Amino acid sequence: MSDEALIVLDKVNKYFGPLHVLQDVDLSVARGEVVVVIGPSGSGKSTLCRAINRLEPINSGTITFDGRPLPAEGRSLARLRSEVGMVFQSFNLFAHKTILQNVMLGPLKVRKEKPAEVRERAMSLLDRVGIGNQAEKYPAQLSGGQQQRVAIARALAMQPKAMLFDEPTSALDPEMVGEVLDVMTSLAREGMTMVVVTHEMGFARHAANRVVFMADGQLVESAPPAEFFANPKSDRAKDFLSKILTH
Amino acid sequence: MDVFSDPLNREVYLTGFLWILKLTLAGGVGALLLGVLLAAMRVSPVPVLRAFGTAWVNIFRNTPLTLIIFFCYFGLFSTLGVAFSDDIDLNNFWLGVTGLAVYTAAFVCEAIRSGINTVPAGQAEAARAIGMTFRQTLTMIILPQAGRAVIAPLGSIIIALCKNATIVGTIGLMESSNAMKQLINENGDAVVPIFLVFAGTFAIVLIPTGYAFGWLANRLAVKR
Repeated sequence: MSDEALIVLDKVNKYFGPLHVLQDVDLSVARGEVVVVIGPSGSGKSTLCRAINRLEPINSGTITFDGRPLPAEGRSLARLRSEVGMVFQSFNLFAHKTILQNVMLGPLKVRKEKPAEVRERAMSLLDRVGIGNQAEKYPAQLSGGQQQRVAIARALAMQPKAMLFDEPTSALDPEMVGEVLDVMTSLAREGMTMVVVTHEMGFARHAANRVVFMADGQLVESAPPAEFFANPKSDRAKDFLSKILTH
Repeated sequence: MDVFSDPLNREVYLTGFLWILKLTLAGGVGALLLGVLLAAMRVSPVPVLRAFGTAWVNIFRNTPLTLIIFFCYFGLFSTLGVAFSDDIDLNNFWLGVTGLAVYTAAFVCEAIRSGINTVPAGQAEAARAIGMTFRQTLTMIILPQAGRAVIAPLGSIIIALCKNATIVGTIGLMESSNAMKQLINENGDAVVPIFLVFAGTFAIVLIPTGYAFGWLANRLAVKR
């Protein structure tokens, strides 16, 4: 992890109608840093994650990625998105394409890379996430955990500078959560810059460099995981932790 | 069935249905291409294109096909001088294809648009998230899935198109309904058999067509 900031949010505000979902959010993520965003549902953490690659446009403030402000529309925005991998709660694998095609599509069509090279990289990524032998299947033929690992491989195939995870394990059966978190943990160890919205406190504890706590659209607290879990400063965070850690 | 034992009458019958087949094929290809284009316009982020697509659907879906075919002949051809061929039959054929395609495209557009609504929003989000442009997202992710979802309704539209093709008879093409009229005029004693043969021919061709589209819809359905 370096001191150089890769993602910077400055006074970001976002409304859904009258609902103020992001309120003056400031956040800086350093290159190689793993930031885990936690908080009660409806606190704006998913919106924050989706705003970083502009799947949610913001109403005011600035978001800077790799030194450049986010483009508003068109090709330059598409180019930026190709540099930021995104993993969704509901996987969103392309249902009419095979696993291998899912992983190859971005590099082939967005980056116009050579098919042979892309295929090789896609297969090694699929092997890495443990799905290499399922390459010719369709998404609906895989379990949720397998689909989510393919989704991670699909994002990695673009060789992104950062990865965004929007509650990647929330839609999974409990026994499949581990296999996805294992892939994410190894990614974090290799120095990938990651913003992870999750309810997995175990992952936050052992893989995060920093935990960010959000409530009611505000970024309430930001601290290294050991410090945050042992000694939360705000009442909101204490309340939240007491509710989830007692069970 | 004395009527159809006469080779000249058989010729009238066959030529009539051959025209229907050609009108359906050419009109269907035109309507599919135009309909997909219109559907793309209706979901595009450009307001002018959206308005154009909406206007097209509202105008042509709500105008009787007979009027459209008449306009193709009296408006496009007689008044504006749009001619496709020096051969009068071929000219009427292409004028008819134009009218059928323009009209049917409105229905194809709405079928595809409802198909687009069956594709989960996450599919487009995932495509945008890997850096695809609007056009790439639409042509590589959304339309292929939307198309598979609307094969059965498209089948109904094609079947309707085939039967609607008889309306091109009103501008003089000797398609099946004109052929039937001629045979009835010449064989007043055999009206019912002639009618049953023509109606039966449509049914014999179209009933399997409907099942074929149903089979195709099942086969190509996207598993989720």
